[in-house]
Amino acid sequence: MGLSQSFFSERFGITERDLESYLSEALSAGGEYADLYFEYLATTSIGIDEGIVKSATGGVSLGVGVRVIAGERTGYAYSDDLSPEKIRKAARVAAHIAKGPATIVKTGFEEARQHNLYPMLNAPHETGLAERVDLVKRADLAARAYDSRVFQVQATYADSLRNVLVATSEGRLSFDRQPMARMSVSALARQGDGAPQHGHSGGGGRVTLEFFEKEKTPEHFAKEAARQAIVQLDAVDAPAGETTVVLGPGWPGILLHEAVGHGLEADFNRKGVSAFSGRIGQQVASPLCTVIDDGTIGSRRGSLNVDDEGMPTQKNVLIENGVLRGYLQDKLSSRLTNNTSTGSGRRESYQHIPMPRMTNTYMLAGESDPEEIIKSVQKGLYCATFSGGQVDITSGNFVFAATESYLIENGKLTRPVRGASLIGNGPEALKYVSMVGRDLLLDEGIGVCGKEGQSVPVGVGIPTVKIDRMTVGGTAQ
Amino acid sequence: MSDLETLAADAVKRAIDAGATDAECTIMEGDEFSAAVRMREVESLKEAGSRAAGIRVLVGKNGGSSYTSDLTSEGIRTMVRGAIDLAKITSEDPFAGLPDESDLGARTEDLGLYDTAIEGMETDWKIAQAKRAEEVAFATDDRIQNSEGASFDSYVGRRVFVNSRGFVGSYRTSSCGLSVSPVAKQNGSMERDYWYTSARAASKLESPDEVGRRAAERAVRRLNPRKIATQRAVVIFEPRTARSLLSDLFDAVNGGAIYRQASFLAGKLGDKIASESLTVIDDPTLPGLFGSSPFDDEGVLCRRTVVIEKGVLKSYLLNSYSARKLGLKTTGNASRGITGNAGVGPGNFFIEAGERPPESILKGTTGLYVTELIGGDTNTVTGDYSSGAAGMWIENGEMAYPVSEITIAGNMKQMLMDVEIASDLEFRGSIASPTLLIREMTISGQ
Repeated sequence: MGLSQSFFSERFGITERDLESYLSEALSAGGEYADLYFEYLATTSIGIDEGIVKSATGGVSLGVGVRVIAGERTGYAYSDDLSPEKIRKAARVAAHIAKGPATIVKTGFEEARQHNLYPMLNAPHETGLAERVDLVKRADLAARAYDSRVFQVQATYADSLRNVLVATSEGRLSFDRQPMARMSVSALARQGDGAPQHGHSGGGGRVTLEFFEKEKTPEHFAKEAARQAIVQLDAVDAPAGETTVVLGPGWPGILLHEAVGHGLEADFNRKGVSAFSGRIGQQVASPLCTVIDDGTIGSRRGSLNVDDEGMPTQKNVLIENGVLRGYLQDKLSSRLTNNTSTGSGRRESYQHIPMPRMTNTYMLAGESDPEEIIKSVQKGLYCATFSGGQVDITSGNFVFAATESYLIENGKLTRPVRGASLIGNGPEALKYVSMVGRDLLLDEGIGVCGKEGQSVPVGVGIPTVKIDRMTVGGTAQ
Repeated sequence: MSDLETLAADAVKRAIDAGATDAECTIMEGDEFSAAVRMREVESLKEAGSRAAGIRVLVGKNGGSSYTSDLTSEGIRTMVRGAIDLAKITSEDPFAGLPDESDLGARTEDLGLYDTAIEGMETDWKIAQAKRAEEVAFATDDRIQNSEGASFDSYVGRRVFVNSRGFVGSYRTSSCGLSVSPVAKQNGSMERDYWYTSARAASKLESPDEVGRRAAERAVRRLNPRKIATQRAVVIFEPRTARSLLSDLFDAVNGGAIYRQASFLAGKLGDKIASESLTVIDDPTLPGLFGSSPFDDEGVLCRRTVVIEKGVLKSYLLNSYSARKLGLKTTGNASRGITGNAGVGPGNFFIEAGERPPESILKGTTGLYVTELIGGDTNTVTGDYSSGAAGMWIENGEMAYPVSEITIAGNMKQMLMDVEIASDLEFRGSIASPTLLIREMTISGQ
């Protein structure tokens, strides 16, 4: 596809000449590099609450971000108006970061190599509204039908279709059409006059609407949310203190995202403020652990054909057999440290400066039988589902919040426990991994990662893993 | 009417002409600026303006919403059509509607939301503020040799709201802020902390010297932390971390959670739910604060609400929808971005200051003083509370040593009963609290 067939050319008449002139304006006061990020984002979301479809919202936002890099400095401006004079004005504002004679922009563009990870004729956003509203209605019915103790259900379906165009002063041109769809269901259950309990589930990805018919149906998410709420009705207080923790497969991979992923983003390491700074080649995890960040898995929520700086995404090895191998690089950090971009430059929208981010972060499968892992624990905690987490990059301390977990007693899962936070230290926690299951599972596609005020969709995955020592923040001593 | 008010009124009229029985339109415009410095050099400058409009329509009892960043006539037309189309797929909701006309209105006194001085601030001056804060952080202690940087941000904007029941209103807001995050290092231990100041008016900011010094002192005192033993103990929240508890309390009095019975405070109106020393107010009419506004996001007059008075739950916080569901009156707490059904948001939601200064509350106390909370997930339905924490161990009222890699846990119902309140209330955002002491929580450590 050439520029002339691209979305922004067809809809807004943007030509190569235009792009060159905006980039020249951006580098008119010097600087080594400039780029333009055009974005057109259309969204729909539909929500059911108390059995009534109460909300349906759709809309469009569009704009262009202009960035100039001069040494370690970044100038940034954006416009939500794509008229040439407004884009030039934004380029002049971004240019203020540099002070010197103009840098000559290379003429002509080369289209960047890129993946084709989410081919589809019709994105969910382009399908009929009736089909989509049906999804939340089905979820509501299924959650209520699961158990008569379920008394409150909320379900949301949301999709988006993002068209992007990235043009750089190095003459690189990339386009992408990025579909996304997600369902989420939450349920409240109550036993007699007892206190209500909550359950939540959801998923999706860069998928067609067929995904919700054939792979993960509204009924699947609804039953899962209802099941979790029902399980909590019998929950006991979570233990307090250090114990052996077994993480179930899938979404508990958030451990990797918090414990190591953020700490390996190149901006923090270039600045020497991460607990992982200067530790490449060192043992930071048990030899059983190999951790990957892979933006190239088809249809996944965290995947991208090109990152938000126009670079193709990659499969990056972060930790190999426990040894730290590499950081996640964007353009700025890789330029400043003489590395190459790992396709990890991401941003929330045209209003935001890109930075190194994760895509889909997971641990490779090991050799243990998941059942054997549980059997090997005398006393501990099995965590099946988490709600979220956070990390302090500098000390390396991370927390993640378990919402469904069970006591392990004499090698068996016994009682469900109430929600509790788990805390550990990034460069230390994975050294206590003593067994890794062969059941690697990627999450169902619900993750949102926040960094410096910017949210981007991500994925995680992990097999069943045993961690010999971790601090659990319950109340039962 | 201003241009944007006319544009919003026109969108509402187009919606009515297209078959809506009611409509409400929000338009926001704003200019943002941000300067970041690190290691004494400018790291980034960002400057831009943007606008967006959103509309919500009711076709009978069916609602639909849409938004656009394209404010041309064609853009507005597409937006209105989108909302009407979406109203066709929603269900009839007997409680859907705009607020009662008698509740609509705007405060007329000057709420001090806009400072013209912010428009005229020079870029060089803003950069200098950030550089100075970082420089002072470096100068405060030798163990500060690195930094995640300092930044100065400013914003000026306008919010416009028009509905089909005759409400037309708009107000301007401004804000500015300075923050710095120094990194302290000693004997292989590395810790970061931050301090910030932000205000609607430039003259209300703390000085860069104050911001730099406090940030540095906070980072340095965290060095070489210990992981303490698992135990039950007194836990003290400084104002910065107490805000997070108060934000959990807000979630529990949010009318949306109440009508769904998704809060541990549902059905407790009039009950004693907290210590007698606890009074919680929501007041969007206090001048110059971040939670202040003349009207809420559905055009209802803002007013002061006593939420908890001497431990008794007096009121939930409501928009018109949750009020109708509960058979109550809206408290003027409707909140939304630019589109969609309104949610419930805080005005200035705060704990009334107690009488004793924090030193007096700490006197003779042994326990954990929490200066940072990470990754917590409070369960609003049950009140179960668990969060990662870091801070200082206090022995007999004195700061003894830093503590990290621990969690604190309890249940909000009990924590509200066990709370003591200091006098150091300060507003650093729309949710504010003085220092709080909780008589017993579970600390998980070694």
